[in-house]
Amino acid sequence: MMKKLSPRHAVIPAAECVACGTCVDVCPREAISIYRGSYAQIHEEICVGCGKCARECPASIIRVEARR
Amino acid sequence: MKKHWYHYLWLWSLFYFGMGFFNILFAWLGLISFALPLIMAIGYGNKLFCNRYCDRGQTLRALGQLGLSRRRDMPGWMKSKAFRYGFMVFFFAMFGSVVYTTWLVYSGIESLQQMVSLLWTFHFPWEWAYSGAVSPWAAQFAFGLYSLMLTSEVIALGTMLLFRPRSWCVYCPMGTLTQLICQHKMRQG
Repeated sequence: MMKKLSPRHAVIPAAECVACGTCVDVCPREAISIYRGSYAQIHEEICVGCGKCARECPASIIRVEARR
Repeated sequence: MKKHWYHYLWLWSLFYFGMGFFNILFAWLGLISFALPLIMAIGYGNKLFCNRYCDRGQTLRALGQLGLSRRRDMPGWMKSKAFRYGFMVFFFAMFGSVVYTTWLVYSGIESLQQMVSLLWTFHFPWEWAYSGAVSPWAAQFAFGLYSLMLTSEVIALGTMLLFRPRSWCVYCPMGTLTQLICQHKMRQG
C-alpha cells in the first residue's frame, strides 16, 4: 500500500545550498541528508513540511511548499 | 531534537580559547580544525566535519538555542558566491601571512612578536602566555594562529547575534573550500 504523503514539503535549491548540515540536525523526522558533501536533499516520502529546517537554515534558502 | 555527543563540542572551543589565554602553544591545536575537514573532504568526499564535528558550529548552535541570536535573514551579498569565495581567498591569504611571519622569525630576520591581533587591526600584548619553552618560530606560529582563530570566532559570534545562529557557516572559508572539494569529487564520479 502506498504511504500517503503530507500536503506540504520542504524544497532546497541545490545550487544555493552551502551544505552546512544545520537542516539535517534540526529535522525531527531525519528527512534530510547531505548529498556527497555538496548540498542538502529532502527525502520526499519522509518530509512532512513542518518548516523547522526553513526557520533554521542560515542561508534562508529552504522553502515549504504545497506538493504538486 | 535528539542530543548527540557532538552537540557538546562547544566545550572544545571553550578549552581552546581558554588554554590559549594561559599558554599560547595550545593554539597549535587549531590545526585540527584545518586538517580534519580537509581529510574528510579529500578522503571521503563529505562535509561531516561541518555537519557534525565543527566545534564552532556547535558553539553557534548552542548560543542560538539560548536565544542570543536575532534570527534575521542575512543580506543577499553575504550569501553570494563572490563574497564566499572572496572571503575564503582573503582568509587563506591571512593564514599564508601567519606562515610567512613564522618563517621570518625562524630565519632570524624578525624577532618574536608576543601579541595577539584581533580583526587584523587591534594588537594586544600576550607575553604571559609564552614561557620560552619552545623555539621562537613555534611560538610565533601559535600567536598568529590564535589571532586568526580568535578573529574568525569574533566574526562568527557577530553574525550569530545579527542573523541566524549558524550564519558563519554560509561563508566559513573551510566550509566553502571543503564544499568545492566535494563538488569536484562528485563531478568526477
